[in-house]
Amino acid sequence: MGVAAIEVTGLVKTYRLGDVLVEALKGVDLSIAAGEFLAVMGPSGSGKSTLMNILGCLDRPTTGSYRIDGEEVGGLSRDGRAILRRKRLGFVFQGFNLLSRLTARENVELPMIYDGTPAADRHERALSALSSVGLADRARHLPSQLSGGQQQRVAIARAIVNTPSLILADEPTGNLDSATSGEILGIFQRLNDDRGITMVLVTHEPDIAQYAKRVIRFLDGRIVEDRPVPDRRRPAGHEGTAG
Amino acid sequence: MNLYSAGKVAFRSLRANKMRSALTMLGMIIGVAAVIIMVAIGEGANQRISAQIASVGSNLLLVIPGSTTSGGLRSGFGGAHTLTMADARAIGKELSAVRASSPTMRSSGPVVYGNQNWSTILQGGAPEFLEMREWKVVSGRNFTAQEMEAASKVCLLGQTVSDYLFGTEDPVGKIVRIKRSPFTVVGILDRKGQSPQGQDQDDTVFLPITTMQKKLSGSAHVGTVGVIMVQAVDADRVKEAEQQVIELLRQRHRIGQGGTDDFSVRNLSEMLALAESATRIMSLLLGGIASVSLLVGGIGIMNIMLVSVTERTREIGIRMAVGARERDILSQFLIEAVLLALTGGAAGILLGAGGAVLTSMLAGWSTVLSPSAIFLAFGFSAAVGVFFGFYPARKASRMDPIEALRYE
Repeated sequence: MGVAAIEVTGLVKTYRLGDVLVEALKGVDLSIAAGEFLAVMGPSGSGKSTLMNILGCLDRPTTGSYRIDGEEVGGLSRDGRAILRRKRLGFVFQGFNLLSRLTARENVELPMIYDGTPAADRHERALSALSSVGLADRARHLPSQLSGGQQQRVAIARAIVNTPSLILADEPTGNLDSATSGEILGIFQRLNDDRGITMVLVTHEPDIAQYAKRVIRFLDGRIVEDRPVPDRRRPAGHEGTAG
Repeated sequence: MNLYSAGKVAFRSLRANKMRSALTMLGMIIGVAAVIIMVAIGEGANQRISAQIASVGSNLLLVIPGSTTSGGLRSGFGGAHTLTMADARAIGKELSAVRASSPTMRSSGPVVYGNQNWSTILQGGAPEFLEMREWKVVSGRNFTAQEMEAASKVCLLGQTVSDYLFGTEDPVGKIVRIKRSPFTVVGILDRKGQSPQGQDQDDTVFLPITTMQKKLSGSAHVGTVGVIMVQAVDADRVKEAEQQVIELLRQRHRIGQGGTDDFSVRNLSEMLALAESATRIMSLLLGGIASVSLLVGGIGIMNIMLVSVTERTREIGIRMAVGARERDILSQFLIEAVLLALTGGAAGILLGAGGAVLTSMLAGWSTVLSPSAIFLAFGFSAAVGVFFGFYPARKASRMDPIEALRYE
């Protein structure tokens, strides 16, 4: 599979909750190759969200090392992590997390606003990202005028607009019905297949995990299972852009 | 993020909460308007005083008759008739620091021309009087020293008197009756405006003091005068002139060491300078009080920005997740606060300017809108925005993105 896109070794994360020290991650080792599609499973509180926050550079590990493309990023400053998120990472959340006052296109433009991309360039790239998720005709709509599946697709367009090497999706289908979930996962598979974007997907639904190439399972801050997905699922109709 | 897109973002989020933004701005509007109006009033008062100083004439002393006490009884200055024509002449001729002097006398009476009559101030003086007051003759001429000597029945009309008695007719050479005596109008005085006491200085007739004493007053005090007006050689010698006048008059009136003067000398420009500094203090005070409301407006901005930051915690989290750095978030909220303050400030300037114009129209106070006050108010609004916006903006920029994204 080539160079490991993500290399995590001896990752420990402890929180202080009042007087109690909570150990959310108790020494996690994980290697994700470039172009991989990983599903992270596990019950609530098992540490998978903590791992996602660290992988997404929203949080830093207490100890241990985190490398992206061989570069140590665990010790980066807040601003260093912000720049890394902007340039190399894309986020898709369960609750979509779009800005309600901005149109679909403006939401997609958001990451580009912070690196000073000229306005004309921003518009063009946002529209092309929107059309790659099948929403070219919804560019001027506000999130409230879009269905849940459409909002999540806007969020995906936002995640890919800066051509990241890694997309982190935290329960992206948690708020969607199963048909729409299939569409969203179809888009992820397409981005993974066609563009080679590494995908990390958190879910607790086993059939959602079936869309991935590899599944790991968390329990009490440790990886307890790591297996490939043998008969990988594809969305019905094979068309992720329908809608 | 560049300034333009940051400004656009700020503008949109202010527009999203129109009522709240408007109310927050109102605080700034009132503050800035108050400052602008108060400064305009203060400035107006200052300029009026300065104009009055100029209109009175420069380097003038007034010698006022009367004693402070006589036999334990205080009689006000001007109450006695202790100054004479000879005193005035002596002051003008003998003193080195004095450029000119003029005895003066005031009374009032009706002036009649044809079927028009007008009751006015009769100002008696020497020909030098006009020059000392820097009062020009716009038409005709001043009366001469000979006419003064001869107590001729000639007079000059102030603009107001001329307007009321003659209208558009040229008064020069016409005969008017003052207290039933016929006088020839030899000249018209320039417009002078209001006196420091608020009187219309143009509502007057100027005539030789000798004529006034002999032909009009008929008083027992022929030869005594009201106030002697004295002009020093230049501004540096006003004090010296004052001393010389006092010495000369003591000598002439035979007032020994320790005796009580039967006159007093007032330095006009000094009095006006005092009034000027009082006005300046007043306008500073007014501006200071008004600035307090600007401060309150700033606190309003801080308050609403804090609410806004809390409300938009999730937005901040999203922006951070997609790559906004601390300074991006900081500048976003700072620009919002400054925009609030500046918009409020601009509206306040308009309101203040309107208020100042209205004040001068309704209350009759003169107000002056100086560009520097307007720039200052605008700059001050921006400073208020930055100062009171900084804390909320910093709070926003320091948020933990994970917490912020989780915020409901």
